[in-house]
Amino acid sequence: MTKDFKRPDGRKVNELRKITAKVGVVPNADGSAMFAFGDTIAIAAVYGPKKMHPQHAQDPEKGTLRCNYNMLSFSVTERIRPGPSRRSTEISKITEWALKPVVMIDDFAGQVVDVHINILQANASTRCAGINAAAMALAHAGIPMKSLVTSVSIGKLDKQLVTDLIKEEEDWEEGEGPTDIPITLTGDGKISHIQLDGKIGRKQLEEAVELAKEAGKQIHEAQEKALKAMGEKNE
Amino acid sequence: MITTSNLTAERIIEYMEKGKRFDGRGLDDFRDLTIETGISKKAEGSARVRLGKTEVIVGVKMDVGAPYPDSQDKGNLMVTAEFLPLSSPRFEAGPPQFDSIELARVIDRGIRESKFIELEKLCIKEGEKVWTVFIDIYTINDDGNLLDAAGIGAIAALKSAKIPKYDEENEKTLFGEWTKESVPLQKDVPISLTVHKIGNNLIIDPTREEEDISETRITIASHDGTIHSMQKGNAKELSVEEFKKILDIIEKSEKEIFKRIEKSLK
Repeated sequence: MTKDFKRPDGRKVNELRKITAKVGVVPNADGSAMFAFGDTIAIAAVYGPKKMHPQHAQDPEKGTLRCNYNMLSFSVTERIRPGPSRRSTEISKITEWALKPVVMIDDFAGQVVDVHINILQANASTRCAGINAAAMALAHAGIPMKSLVTSVSIGKLDKQLVTDLIKEEEDWEEGEGPTDIPITLTGDGKISHIQLDGKIGRKQLEEAVELAKEAGKQIHEAQEKALKAMGEKNE
Repeated sequence: MITTSNLTAERIIEYMEKGKRFDGRGLDDFRDLTIETGISKKAEGSARVRLGKTEVIVGVKMDVGAPYPDSQDKGNLMVTAEFLPLSSPRFEAGPPQFDSIELARVIDRGIRESKFIELEKLCIKEGEKVWTVFIDIYTINDDGNLLDAAGIGAIAALKSAKIPKYDEENEKTLFGEWTKESVPLQKDVPISLTVHKIGNNLIIDPTREEEDISETRITIASHDGTIHSMQKGNAKELSVEEFKKILDIIEKSEKEIFKRIEKSLK
């Protein structure tokens, strides 16, 4: 069935959309990056380490990572009201959790590293694009990291697993419908983030994690290439 | 900030390494669970869940309104949670904090993704009038695992709910008068369960002091091995092997908890 399965945009089941990755997109920031899966575009900017304000939010023992995920009002078909929502509040925290295992800021007591993520254009998988951009921006800012992280949404459309969902697939209506599984992996292949909505059995869920690993290699390659290109420019 | 002391944390982990816990439970034992329904005369459905010393109450209210633009022929579902300051010295009054937002969203997705409520049967007139089901969760006492208690409470409250009468002519919901009709629910009940990682141990149903030192958690809503929603919370990463072990624990516990819920509701 894998061979016959037709995706709306003609991709193979395990094929990512075209990745675009670029470092240094916000000159004011200490580090910044753009990451796109096809026409899902995220930019991220890092400010810090800097003194944490308000003071009561300071951690006297170690540095704090603070992420903010935001969608532009016109990034989707139907305008979304600007400002934080319950959804964006949750994704901000999820992003923070996804990145924290690789970010080594324990030495920056009382300080904060702010990561601002904005979705310029959305065609599903926005949190994953945002996390990928954030990892690059943190590296660009010179924040000590164990590795980058790679994030991708694995989907199940009816019974078929696919890599990197688009909106049309998120709304899949045939058979068992859509299942969306955004997964973020650290450099050593550990899961720092996983969510799931839909309907799936155990066996396929484990396969989904493997697909995320496979996709992670390509994402990592694109991230590194962009970071290296930036490094060479500065030399 | 109030939290479990380092010394207690070390002892908790020491115990867990031997498969034991302070309250005598094994690592994959749930605390005593009691469920009462019909605790509110004003709500369409309601439940009080006690999980050891943790207590939550859940109310279901319904009203007629416009459908969402992307589901013109379906009723709406809305889940909110409030962590009441009376239930813990660490909860404060004011705008909703992240924990309560996340809890409501995780419970919402478990119910929504499993299609437990047959929302298509709650459409009165396509594109114009549909029922909205509000599930509101309040904490009464927090001794850990509010997430799972809330999930059980939501299911119990929904099962006990009756649809209010609706005056078609005047387009008014007759609050306080009920039809004999229950909220349309599927047979398969999604059970939402959370596994925590503490040290190298995987446990379920943590007490407050255990949950304080939990490094990461995964909440899964499933029925009979079919998984409908999942959320990993907190920053610690998990190896794929650990992830598989968590799936084992969920698979094993889900059926048992389901039986206990069924029994309590009879």
